[in-house]
Amino acid sequence: MKKYTYTEKKDTRSGFGAGMTELGQENDNVVALCADLVGSLKLAPFIKENPDRFFQCGISEANMIGLSAGLTIGGKIPFATTFANFATGRVYDQIRQSVAYSNKNVKICASHAGITLGEDGATHQILEDIGMMRMLPGMTVINPCDYNQTKAATKAIADFEGPVYLRFGRPVVPIFTDPDQKFEIGKAWMVNEGKDVSIFATGHLVWEAIQAGEMLEKEGIDAEIINIHTIKPLDEEAILKSVRKTGCAVSAEEHNRLGGLGDSIAQVLVKNQLVPQEYVAVDDSFGESGTPEKLMEKYGLTAKDIVAAAKRAIERKS
Amino acid sequence: MEIKELEKIASQVRRDIVRMVHACQSGHPGGSLGCTELLVALYFDQMHLKEQDGEVVFDMNGEGEDLFFLSNGHISPVWYSVLARKGYFPVKELATFRDIDSRLQGHPTTHEGLPGIRIASGSLGQGNSVAMGAALAKRLNKDDHMVYVLMGDGEQQEGQVWEAATFAPHHQIGHLIAFIDLNGQQIDGPTVEVMNNRDLGKKYEAFGWEVMTITQGNDMAEVVKGITEARSKAGHGKPVMVLLETGMGYGVDFMMGSHKWHGVAPNDEQLKVALDQLEETMGDY
Repeated sequence: MKKYTYTEKKDTRSGFGAGMTELGQENDNVVALCADLVGSLKLAPFIKENPDRFFQCGISEANMIGLSAGLTIGGKIPFATTFANFATGRVYDQIRQSVAYSNKNVKICASHAGITLGEDGATHQILEDIGMMRMLPGMTVINPCDYNQTKAATKAIADFEGPVYLRFGRPVVPIFTDPDQKFEIGKAWMVNEGKDVSIFATGHLVWEAIQAGEMLEKEGIDAEIINIHTIKPLDEEAILKSVRKTGCAVSAEEHNRLGGLGDSIAQVLVKNQLVPQEYVAVDDSFGESGTPEKLMEKYGLTAKDIVAAAKRAIERKS
Repeated sequence: MEIKELEKIASQVRRDIVRMVHACQSGHPGGSLGCTELLVALYFDQMHLKEQDGEVVFDMNGEGEDLFFLSNGHISPVWYSVLARKGYFPVKELATFRDIDSRLQGHPTTHEGLPGIRIASGSLGQGNSVAMGAALAKRLNKDDHMVYVLMGDGEQQEGQVWEAATFAPHHQIGHLIAFIDLNGQQIDGPTVEVMNNRDLGKKYEAFGWEVMTITQGNDMAEVVKGITEARSKAGHGKPVMVLLETGMGYGVDFMMGSHKWHGVAPNDEQLKVALDQLEETMGDY
């Protein structure tokens, strides 16, 4: 098992903020919008350096999406930012008509995604956003795993033409990816090569998968771990190549088991290469208040859960 | 352009509208007929549009020209006719309205690449937000051209409309002229009965808009005068709202003033009656 270490933990939303700061300096067409959550989205440096290119929308997300679509007419690259719940479910129709169907170059950047938002509870913990966004024709869906990768993804989507949903979170997580990485949209990242089971993880679950890989190694199981940071378009080639070697799959995501990464992978497997697949995901339920750690534990999203799923998948082989 | 000339174009546009909805036996003639003077006046007289060798040319970004957005996308027939008659696409394409493989979808869209259209609309309440975004892009690009948007009065019942109404004055969007087609009708009946919007002028005033009214929204001279006045009020850091009083179905006697013709197509006999009332001035498609 390839060794991954870290010296620092940070929230992925800070990676987004850092990416925005650099974009503000490098790309005059980048503009930012926010619906009364500037602090949470770490936008202060961008706003300070580019006051004319920031638009405070107040608590009116539907208007923010429409404004963003309009800003692209004139060549701007709008980054529309708020919590994932308000960036997707609340404004699904606005995104559908004014952004996706109209094919506008809008970047919907969503913090506090998933259950690790923590204490605020289920009203704010969206677990359906990946599903909603990936169902929209033409929408690119990205869920990076740590601070460095979120920063790199933020910068990469500015150079990409088309609507993007970028999902990140609130809790601090280990920084284990390269600070100078080149983020390639739609290209899965091989975390660890193995031969017994393919673990496909996204977002915060990538670190859990790495820990699971180490635990499995102690039991003599050689896990392949792949970071699926881009859920749409999905790197089908990487997925198929991996399962043709290992013969079974585990998907791991901080999302409802319906409609997310797991279902995306299952579609590829059903069509091309039928192998057993086990889901690590929230089992079609809402979340609740609690610390991120306790919630991950209760809703079955830890390294331990990935280990158990890997063993089940291996057992179902043959 | 002379008022008489604009009126002639309006008559042809009305013929196009009723023929289009008759051909596919669907679509929304009522609001389309009511807004004919506005769209003709904007495109043929008031808007500064990009041209090359005397022909209009379209690009998505629309820098260096005025922009128009239609929020109440169901009145697509009037917009399609005006765009075609202005030269954005062949007039004969109007015959494909709402048919399979057409660029003239039931509601306007960029998806099929129809020149003249910059955003999809149809799901109501979104157009003013989009127009404001386009106006902000113009501000950043130091482009002084105007952004126009048309909404319906029934559409004022959508919540997003009021999010937009709050935003524009706060961000001092001055190069924005919004119209509300005040025809007093919506699908289920008169607007005052379905959901009373009360005094939209006072509402927008309270939100910080410069509000004016065109009481004769189907009188070409009054519409031209009204848009000219709106333009003089614009550009001073305050968005302008024009309440445009129109008659739903205006120009076809049996359609006028009733919500029943909001989204119903005329039959063969009704088409004949309608066309007898509308002079063919530019040649039918």
